[in-house]
Amino acid sequence: MRYELRCRECHKNWGNVPKSICEDCFSPLEVFYDYDSIRNSGDFTREKIAQGPPNIWRYSALLPLPGNFEPTLPVGFTPLIKASGLARELGTKNLYIKNDAVCLPTLSFKDRVVAVALANARSFGFDTVSCSSTGNLANATAAQAARNGFKCWIFIPADLEAAKIIGTQVFGAKLVRISGSYDQVNRLCSQIADEHNWGFVNVNLRPYYAEGSKTVGYEIAEQLGWRLPDNVVCPMAGGSLIVKIKKAFEELIQLGLVEPKPVKFFGAQATGCSPISTAVKLGNMDIEPQKPSTIARSLAIGNPADGHYAIKTITQSGGWSEDVSDPEIVKSIQLLAETEGIFTETAGGVTLGCARKLYKSDRILPNETTVLCITGNGLKTTDVLAGEYETEEPIAPKLAEFEKYLGQTLDVQEPVVA
Amino acid sequence: MNITVQIPSALRRHTGGTAKVSCAAANLNDLFSTLDEKFPDLKPHLRDESGQIRRFLNVYVNEEDIRFLGGPSYTFQDGDEVLLVPSIAGG
Repeated sequence: MRYELRCRECHKNWGNVPKSICEDCFSPLEVFYDYDSIRNSGDFTREKIAQGPPNIWRYSALLPLPGNFEPTLPVGFTPLIKASGLARELGTKNLYIKNDAVCLPTLSFKDRVVAVALANARSFGFDTVSCSSTGNLANATAAQAARNGFKCWIFIPADLEAAKIIGTQVFGAKLVRISGSYDQVNRLCSQIADEHNWGFVNVNLRPYYAEGSKTVGYEIAEQLGWRLPDNVVCPMAGGSLIVKIKKAFEELIQLGLVEPKPVKFFGAQATGCSPISTAVKLGNMDIEPQKPSTIARSLAIGNPADGHYAIKTITQSGGWSEDVSDPEIVKSIQLLAETEGIFTETAGGVTLGCARKLYKSDRILPNETTVLCITGNGLKTTDVLAGEYETEEPIAPKLAEFEKYLGQTLDVQEPVVA
Repeated sequence: MNITVQIPSALRRHTGGTAKVSCAAANLNDLFSTLDEKFPDLKPHLRDESGQIRRFLNVYVNEEDIRFLGGPSYTFQDGDEVLLVPSIAGG
């Protein structure tokens, strides 16, 4: 067997089944690979990967994919951009943006995890897939369910952004709005998963799903010319992504694709929902749950299941965790757009806002190679920018009118983002 | 206080398939002791080697995480519905 589920705590093996919890010790299950056989197969080398398609399936040898799996969508392999304009603004250099605002098919990094989850949903025989979601996962699951012919049920907190609701319903998914927080939706879904034989991508398919996040790490390393950065700044909701990027880097070192190197991991949260960053700052290894109150709804998970592992990843690497207020999130969305032409959602504002703080406090140094993970697209959360820009009065379609308008506009000082 | 406890399917093989238990318990500690007695096979799955309630086990009372109600110091009310739920997330 190339891979199977193993308990993260008691290390019992469970084979390959739709299950996310160890029935012995209640701890999460994780996909464990037979690295020796992968190394001996020669399927995971720089050369083999270079011959693969320009999407996450180029890393198939280190993803939990059933033997007969045929990809149906070109997911991932998003740009890694050297962010010189943003770096100037922050007084630094060697700054990169991993831009999953343009991840296909639904413009967030969740497309990666769902692609891997649905590959397994098919092989486990589910005809219905489902998830609890703060929005991006809903979009990704609904779209890929449509593409792959699954029935789809999506559970969301009732107060989600309109674009994320429409962006789910349009794919024909059955959307269930729950009056409650994401944590309550999540708890309900774990009960529903107990009663219905559905493939919940982030419940019973979760170990497979979570492996999709590793592709962010593989891509960063490959796009840096097969080397690891000094620092990664990553938004945290459930806390899984940061843990999986670290796993990806460790696998690349273990299989000899990159030189061993210590990488510092930095977590980013909104102050209104910061259970992981609070624990890191207090030196705790476990989180205290919070009741979220932030515009960064995609990160509004008050009881993050992978919180413990995210804290471990951050502290053991010598990294840190920061959090930013809602106004700082909006300013950071604008700054990224104005300096790099990247329109990110609130989670991206959180990541950049925290990165600014980390530079200011010298936890990240200017000469170090630093990658900011931008995980979602601003078109889904335009409501947070309401009131930030004046509605322009229309002018007549006459050159003279325009010249007059131009004269008036040039008199007004250009807006500057603080 | 008389309360009901919902057992998740992952743990039902240690309760002989029982999904719902009615019992009397004053607080969380009391509840776990009662479950230990009722289902001796379940005990090592709910508690670690040092007797602590396992890290990834969440307890809800009437849809609310018990940690928001005071955790171990919360006193159960008659009719409380308790859920044992594994930690799951990822939005």
